[in-house]
Amino acid sequence: MENRGITFGYGFLTQESSFDVQFSLIEYDGSHSYFRAYLVGLLNTILVSVIGIIFATIIGVVVGIARLSSNYLIERTAAIYVEFFRNIPLLLQIFFWYFAALRALPLPEKAEPMFGVFFLTIKGFFIPAFIWNNLDIFIYSVIAAIIAIFFVRAYAKKRQENQGTQTPVLLISIGLLIILPLLSFLLGGVDASIEIPVIEQLSKTSFTFKGGLKLPPELISLALALSLYTATFIAECVRAGVQGVSKGQKEAAASIGLTPNQVLKLVVMPQALRIIIPPTTNQYLNLTKNSSLAAAIAYPDLVLVFAGTALMQTGRAIEIVSITMLTYLTLSITISIFMNWYNKKIAIKEK
Amino acid sequence: MFKLVKRLTSVVAMFAVLFTFTTETMAAKKSKTLKNTQKKGFVRCGVSQGLPGFSNADAAGNWTGVDVDVCRAVAAAVLGDASKVKFTPLSAKERFTALTSNEIDILSRNTTWTLSRDADIGLTFVGVNFYDGQGFMVRKNSGISSVNDFKAGVSACTNLGTTTELNMRDFFNSKGIKYEPVTFEKADEVVAAYDAGRCDTYTTDKSGLAAQRIKLSNPDDHMVLPETISKEPLGPVVRQGDSVWEDIVRWSLNTMIEAEEYGVTSANADSMKTSDNPAVKRLVGAEGELGAALGLDNEWSLRIIKQVGNYGESYKRNIADTGILPDRGPNQLWTKGGILYVPPAR
Repeated sequence: MENRGITFGYGFLTQESSFDVQFSLIEYDGSHSYFRAYLVGLLNTILVSVIGIIFATIIGVVVGIARLSSNYLIERTAAIYVEFFRNIPLLLQIFFWYFAALRALPLPEKAEPMFGVFFLTIKGFFIPAFIWNNLDIFIYSVIAAIIAIFFVRAYAKKRQENQGTQTPVLLISIGLLIILPLLSFLLGGVDASIEIPVIEQLSKTSFTFKGGLKLPPELISLALALSLYTATFIAECVRAGVQGVSKGQKEAAASIGLTPNQVLKLVVMPQALRIIIPPTTNQYLNLTKNSSLAAAIAYPDLVLVFAGTALMQTGRAIEIVSITMLTYLTLSITISIFMNWYNKKIAIKEK
Repeated sequence: MFKLVKRLTSVVAMFAVLFTFTTETMAAKKSKTLKNTQKKGFVRCGVSQGLPGFSNADAAGNWTGVDVDVCRAVAAAVLGDASKVKFTPLSAKERFTALTSNEIDILSRNTTWTLSRDADIGLTFVGVNFYDGQGFMVRKNSGISSVNDFKAGVSACTNLGTTTELNMRDFFNSKGIKYEPVTFEKADEVVAAYDAGRCDTYTTDKSGLAAQRIKLSNPDDHMVLPETISKEPLGPVVRQGDSVWEDIVRWSLNTMIEAEEYGVTSANADSMKTSDNPAVKRLVGAEGELGAALGLDNEWSLRIIKQVGNYGESYKRNIADTGILPDRGPNQLWTKGGILYVPPAR
C-alpha cells in the first residue's frame, strides 16, 4: 500500500463529512462527522430491514396458509404470486417498483388526500407527525406496561399449573397497554399535538409538502420490493412447516376435545414453528443483506451513504469497506442469535 | 523432524517473497507501467459508463469522446497504434479504486482535479482536458430562470460520490436553503428519476447536463440555468509513483493542445516536418530528441497528431459536431480567448 502511495487509518471518521443525505433518522447534515454519516446509513439500513421483515412475515404467513387452503381460487392465486415474485431477480423488481411508482404517483399539487391528512405523491408519502411534550414519560409508561404484561403472563401460567383455571391474558395485556400510556397523558403531563402536512409552492409549476413526516418514495418502493420478494420464500417455509405436522396430531388433539382454534394454537403451530423458524431466519438474513441494493434507487442506506459517498469523498476504500463488511456481519449475527434463541425456546424440551 | 522441515521451507519461502518484492520496487523506477503496457500490447484505460462527447460506446462497441482520445493518444505514442486501447467502463464510485489497485493504467473519466484527490489517495492528476463547471437543469415551465429562484424544500437529483454532491451543499448552504439531495449510483437512473418528476432540478457538470439532456423524453422542455456554481477542471489521472508514465500521459495531452496552437492537424502533420518554425518541427519529431526523455522514439508526437488529431479536431468531432456544446467557451486556446495553455514541448 505504501508502494502505491495509499495511507491507512481510521482518523477520517471524525472529520467533517461535508455532504448531505436526503433522509435520516437522526439529526445530520454535512457539518457532522463521517462517523455520524455512518450511523445515518446504518439506521436507514436497519429501518428498511425491520419494515421489510415485518411485512414479509405478515404477507408470507398469510400466503403460506392460503396455499394450504381448500378453496381452489385462493390456493391458485397464492401459488401464482409465489412463483411469479420469487423467480424474478430482486434488482429488477426494485427498479420496477421504483420507476413504476414514480410514473404512477401524482405530483404533489395533484395528490388526492387520504382521510384528509395523508398525501401519497411522487416526492414521497407525507403523513401527519406527532409533536410531543414530555415524550420520555410516555415511553417509560409503555415500557412499564410491557413489564407488567410479563408479570401477568407468569402469574397466569402459575395459576393454570396450580389451579387449572385460565386467565384472559390477551385482554389484560391490551388493557395495560392502553391504560398506562393513557395515565401518562392524564397525570404525567404528556401532551401530543398533530402536525398535518401542508402544500407549498416552490416555483410556478413545482410544489412540495411542508410539515408532518415524509417517507421518501425510495424507502417505500425498496421496502415493498424487499417484502414482496422475501414473503414468497417465507410463504414456502410456512407451508412446509404446517404440512410437516402429521395429520395424526390434529386428529388426536381433536379427539381429546380441543376446539379447532386450540388445535392450531396448542398442537399444530408449536410443532410447525420448529420447522418454520430455521429457514425463515435465513430469509431474514437475506432480506437484510439484500437491502444493500438500495444504492440503485437512491435510498440512503449504509452502502449508499458510507460505502458510496463517504468512500468516494475520502478515497479510503479499505477502511470503509472493512467497516461496512463488519457491520453487515454484526447485523446478520445479531438476527441469527435472536432467531436461534427463539428457536431453542420453542424446541421440544426433552427431559 | 517433519515439523522442522516444514518450518524451514516456510522461512525460505518468506525470504523468496521478500526478495522478489524488493527487486520489483527497484524495477518500478524504470516505469513498470510503460514496460507492462508494451509487453501487453494495449493501454488499459478507465472511462465512464457512457457520457456522450467524453466517453461513449456505440452499438458496435467503438468508444469515442475527448476522454477516450487521451487514451488513444497515449496508445499512439507508446504502442504506435491509437486503436490498441482496452476500455474499462467505471462508475464514479469504482474509478479511483480501479486505478490504485492496478486494474487500469490511465483514468480518463471526466474526473475533477481536487487537492484531496491529488494528494491523499495515491493518485496524480496530469493535466486538464476539459474546463467545466457545475450547473442546474430545470423544467422550462417551472418559471425558474436563475439559481436565485430556488426555494427551501427543492429536491435535486445527482450522481453519487462526485464533487457535485459537495458543491451542491456549499451552494445551497450559502443561500440558506434547505434542500433534498437524491443521489443515484448511475447517471441513467438520475435522468430517469428527474424525467419522472421526482426532482425539481438535476445538477452535475454543465457538459454532463448538455449531454444527458438528449436522453430526456422531451429535451426541449428543459433548460440549463446560466449560472455556474463551481470550478470543475476535468483531466486524466494516473497512479502515484510512476513519474515516467505520468510524464508520458501529461505530454500526450499537451501535444494535442500544442498541435492545435501551431496549426498542426492530422491532415498536414507529415508536411509540417519541413516547416520553418522550429517549435512545429519539434512537435512532429523532425528536430530535437524529445522522445528519448520519455523512453519513446522520436515520432511519438507525430503519431498522436496523425492518428488522433489535435485537441481542436477532437473537440469538434466529439463535442461540437454532436451538438452537445458547440461553443468552446473556456476550452478554447489562450490565443483565442480561452484558457487552454500548455507548457512548451522543448
